[in-house]
Amino acid sequence: MSTNTAALTHSVAIVRTSLARRLFKNPLGLISTIIILIAVLVSIFANLIAPFDPNHTDAMNLMASPNATHWLGTDAAGRDILTRIIMGTRGTLESAILVVITSIVLGVPTGLIAGYYGKTFDAVASWIANMLMSLPSMIVLLAVRAAAGPSILISMAVFGLLIAPGFFRLTRTAVMGVRNELYVDAARVSGLSDSRIILRHILSVVRAPIIIQSAMISGISISIQSGLEFLGLGDPTMVSWGSMLNEGFQNIFVNPLLVMWPGLAITITIGSFALLGNAFRDALEDAQKVKLNRKQAKAALLRAKAEVAELQAQSATGSESQASENHLLSVDHLSVGYPQASGNLKYVVQDVSLFVDKGEVLGIVGESGSGKTQTAFSILGLLPDNAKIAGGHIVFAGDDLVAPESGAISQQELTKFRGKRIAYIPQEPMSNLDPAFKIGYQLVRPMTQVLGISKAEAKAKALALLETVGINNPLRVFNSYPHEISGGMAQRVLIAGAVSCEPDLLIADEPTTALDVTVQAEVLDLLRDLQSRTGMGMVLVTHNFGVVADLADRVVVMQYGRVVETGDVRSILRNPQQDYTKELLSSMLEGKTPMTMLTGPLKGA
Amino acid sequence: MFRFIAKRLGSGAVLLLVISTLTYFLLFFSSSSVARNLLGDTATPEQIVAKTHELGLDRPILARYLEWLGNAVHGDLGTSWFTSQPILEALATRIPVTLTIVLFAIGTAAILATVLGMSAAVKGGFIDRAVQFLAIAGFAVPNFVVAIIVVTLFAINLALLPATGWVPLAEDPTQWAKSLVLPVSALVINTVASAAQQIRSAFKDVLSRDWVRTLRSRGIKNSEILFKHVLRSAAPAGLTVLSLQFVGMLGGSVIIESIFALPGIGHLIVDSTTQGDTPVVMGVVVFTVVVVIVVNLAVDLLNGWLNPKVRV
Repeated sequence: MSTNTAALTHSVAIVRTSLARRLFKNPLGLISTIIILIAVLVSIFANLIAPFDPNHTDAMNLMASPNATHWLGTDAAGRDILTRIIMGTRGTLESAILVVITSIVLGVPTGLIAGYYGKTFDAVASWIANMLMSLPSMIVLLAVRAAAGPSILISMAVFGLLIAPGFFRLTRTAVMGVRNELYVDAARVSGLSDSRIILRHILSVVRAPIIIQSAMISGISISIQSGLEFLGLGDPTMVSWGSMLNEGFQNIFVNPLLVMWPGLAITITIGSFALLGNAFRDALEDAQKVKLNRKQAKAALLRAKAEVAELQAQSATGSESQASENHLLSVDHLSVGYPQASGNLKYVVQDVSLFVDKGEVLGIVGESGSGKTQTAFSILGLLPDNAKIAGGHIVFAGDDLVAPESGAISQQELTKFRGKRIAYIPQEPMSNLDPAFKIGYQLVRPMTQVLGISKAEAKAKALALLETVGINNPLRVFNSYPHEISGGMAQRVLIAGAVSCEPDLLIADEPTTALDVTVQAEVLDLLRDLQSRTGMGMVLVTHNFGVVADLADRVVVMQYGRVVETGDVRSILRNPQQDYTKELLSSMLEGKTPMTMLTGPLKGA
Repeated sequence: MFRFIAKRLGSGAVLLLVISTLTYFLLFFSSSSVARNLLGDTATPEQIVAKTHELGLDRPILARYLEWLGNAVHGDLGTSWFTSQPILEALATRIPVTLTIVLFAIGTAAILATVLGMSAAVKGGFIDRAVQFLAIAGFAVPNFVVAIIVVTLFAINLALLPATGWVPLAEDPTQWAKSLVLPVSALVINTVASAAQQIRSAFKDVLSRDWVRTLRSRGIKNSEILFKHVLRSAAPAGLTVLSLQFVGMLGGSVIIESIFALPGIGHLIVDSTTQGDTPVVMGVVVFTVVVVIVVNLAVDLLNGWLNPKVRV
């Protein structure tokens, strides 16, 4: 643990330099930064670089093609296009900067105040933000132009106001998230003033999103500025890409090149800002998220499979293959991993073997991160998309759920087993019901689809089931939406749904963890009752040995994705062989004798 | 439900009042030289005073505003300074053009963006990368550049479609359809590019919810989960995206109508802005805000229907 903390502080220290490094390691990030830098330099030194005076007309060379004197040719008035592109850069960038500054100045402080203090200010500011967001900015800008005359800077400042809600919302959301974090509380308790807290702790959180947003807004501003200039609503004395585009468009039948140059300039500049924003976001996310191209992922999987095969060869002598025996479910040498940035698989399940017989309850015990839920999802074929089955074999009543060589069976094949033969009770009741559909529909539909019975039959059955799982007013719950019932009720509904199609095997993933203690006991009673009545096999995933002692016939203890110990409940409870099992058992409060007495006075803790 | 609608309508009315008030004071505050602009440089000072009085510009702005507001409530938005045409009439002839283009565009964009965004979220792989690329490309190429590209390509190089102009439906349906294609596609391309990406995120978000996994575990067919459950839960986010895109299109139509020489609202406001025909600009702003409010109300109602939690 202490090494972890050390690594963490270390990584915080290097995060800024490595962020820049990651940004420039991304070719798109590097290229877009270079392009923007070039644009900035061009706009600063425009007068030095430009080969001609922007208004110098070459009457002999109207609409000339690109040549040695006029690299990009001349326009309809014989003016040098390259010069005008160079001269237009400054106005373009100035507009972008003006918009970004205006919107940050208006959006960020208001967002900080609204997020930090809430209440009336928040309500008013949010209403204004919503109002500004709902307006079509082009129409507003035209109205401003009608009132204030052809100043592109005024238009851009107003556009900054119109787009400020973007910064406002971003800051407000971030601050609301951080405000209640422990470290901000700690800062407050230690006597820091609100303004210090905002500056020190909260601004550091919103800094990165603000940079990303600024890049995007720069792009949008350039698009708006060019659009206004294109419509001829800008300052007619200034050279701009938009007005060049307009002039070119009037001659588009004669010479399409005239629109191409300013069009390219606009597109490349906006594109660079967009790519820079994206690259920055990727660089930030890289720390947590892994991006592998397909080749790397495939190579990693192959390597992992080889490792797993080796592992199996080593352990083959130890444990006999169970697939041949007549179990209801047998999991044989299962390994599951997630691809990492390094190209390796990070294993969450490694060489796990277990079996369940008909009518038997198998408990899988382990603390969080031990791989027990991932094992359960492998059986159901419901692992997340980025998970890879690196090896192993899962057989359910003679059918492969995970084939020994090719890996997972297609989802379509698995649908035939799910619901009807293998059912699942999730951990968190409220998030496992579709909020948009009534409970009744969510119970009836699987029955009509899986069992092929009529809606009326299914409804009668659903009502009966709701009563079986201990719901007093089945009809009311049947006609309710998920948000209208309590968590305990929702878990009963989910249990009813799981057993509705009379499965042979029930997989219950921490079925009581999210419930109140009093409800927990009732739900466990219900599960025991249902299991003994229907004689189905059951896999009970839990971190709680108490639950196992209550329900299970046999136990598999897991740690770090591996099976640590397995055996029938009684022998493991009475005589655990492994230290980890003993540890888990001793964390069970029930019937435990106090082992350690506090000795000596406490110091500073 | 009734209270929900009433509340929304009320907040829409407040929005309309606030925006039109702000716009009125912004626009009419500096209308001192209107009479000179109207009459030209040859006008005598007496003529200018007379014209200013005729337009009512010599009265205090607050009084003018209250009169305008009173008339507006009764459906009278005033008359143009330049053509003396009633503004409501000017709007009425132009609204069909703009709405035709924008509605066709938002309809097409909604279908394309949903199909693309959904397949990107569900299938991943090539189509996912294509959608992400399209989003950046669509962001980088503004709609007027897209419009110029499609004109160059389809009207000039291939000569398949008219470059500019508008033919009313009643006059010649074929030509009407032809005159629609390019402006609509110019609007659609940019909208699809950004909407598909956002709809993709909305789907990804819903697909990662626990209840999707639980529905799978119940043996429900994948297609049913996607089209019935996931689609429905992702729809509110998608609708919000599309309503914002719709408002964006109203602004975008300003430029598109100028490029394609279409006699719509956008063209009207650009002309009035350059001329300084302030009452017309005011009228277009009021109309646009009304459209925005109606669209937002419709989206709110649809979301209420889609999501039972909102209805309460």
